[in-house]
Amino acid sequence: MTALILRELRLAASGGAALLPLIFFLLVATLFPFAVGPDGPLLARTGGGALWMAALLAALLPVDRLVEPDRASGVLDQLALRGHAEESVALAKLAGHWLSFGPPLMLAAIPASALMKLPGDVLLRLELGLLVGTPGLAALTLGVAALTAGLRRSGALAGLLMLPLAVPLLIFGAGFLERGNETGALQLLGAVSLLLVAGAPFAAGAAIRAGRD
Amino acid sequence: MILLDLEGVACRRGGRLLFEALSLALEPGGAALAVGPNGAGKSSLIRLAAGLLRPAGGEVERAEAALADEHLALDERRRLGAALGFWVEDPEPGIVAMGLVDLARVPVRILSTGQRKRAALARVIASGAPLWLLDEPANGLDGDGLERLEAAMAAHRAAGGAILAASHQALALPGAQMVRLG
Repeated sequence: MTALILRELRLAASGGAALLPLIFFLLVATLFPFAVGPDGPLLARTGGGALWMAALLAALLPVDRLVEPDRASGVLDQLALRGHAEESVALAKLAGHWLSFGPPLMLAAIPASALMKLPGDVLLRLELGLLVGTPGLAALTLGVAALTAGLRRSGALAGLLMLPLAVPLLIFGAGFLERGNETGALQLLGAVSLLLVAGAPFAAGAAIRAGRD
Repeated sequence: MILLDLEGVACRRGGRLLFEALSLALEPGGAALAVGPNGAGKSSLIRLAAGLLRPAGGEVERAEAALADEHLALDERRRLGAALGFWVEDPEPGIVAMGLVDLARVPVRILSTGQRKRAALARVIASGAPLWLLDEPANGLDGDGLERLEAAMAAHRAAGGAILAASHQALALPGAQMVRLG
């Protein structure tokens, strides 16, 4: 299990694969002020939501590298042969993927929030929301990656599958940024995230097994 | 003790029945060679025995197994020795047996077809598993590679292991049961 998680981290680090979502996230944060203009209060009001959108879209980027390369190269078969359940392989992938996605995204949120002129307390809530929400995003990415592994042009399909499912994370994540809305939104964000994290290994495991036939 | 036991196994792929009522038992030192034309179900038989495909009928039981098929399953960016080390505790015996000593520090991605085949077989040899499942093990191997493979198979059987191989090429497996498909 540990070896599997370490392998995921190594794959994420090799060739800068883990950097791609971060660069995308920062790019959106840079573009947004250009689009709405340099109006500080407006940016501060809408910027947090835009950063959640950016996080959501950034989470889509690793979809094609999480499961498909391992399916095509036979790694998943070799793991099954050694008696690893598909679900525990998926759980290890989830843990490894989150480690290479969640904490770096939280770091990138600091310069991004400066670009959006977010006040300090909103940044704090954005970070807390990302800490609670990114495991859910990573779980969605993994589940969709397993479902679309082996399909041609899976990228567009993955987006169509994943983005609707991510709506609750977006609503409660962005909702948590509004003042006076603190506890309820965070609890619901946590509940949605937990549900996704608990369900994704089973969905991904079943998808990997079904993909063999 | 039986290392692989197939009882009345049937295999259906894409709605087509490839074979049915196939029975096969491998004891320590035993070997079986599946032969047949392309698409007869040789690879499916190997995957059935590995437990990667579910049989449409019948029962499959096996001991701990190692599989070498068309998929290399080694991380392309790592050196061969380290990539093999992810799967087996000590890849050294396999690396030596397949003549890959000079390549152990070379990244997997630059290996040739034959060298990749040797690497997949090296993992099987180093695995220590009693049952070897080999899908077209001679594909892409040169004369030296084939000799090394046959020597390794003989040594494995002499040490009480068993082998199920599928091949359309000549493969020296003395006394092997023949499984004719198609």
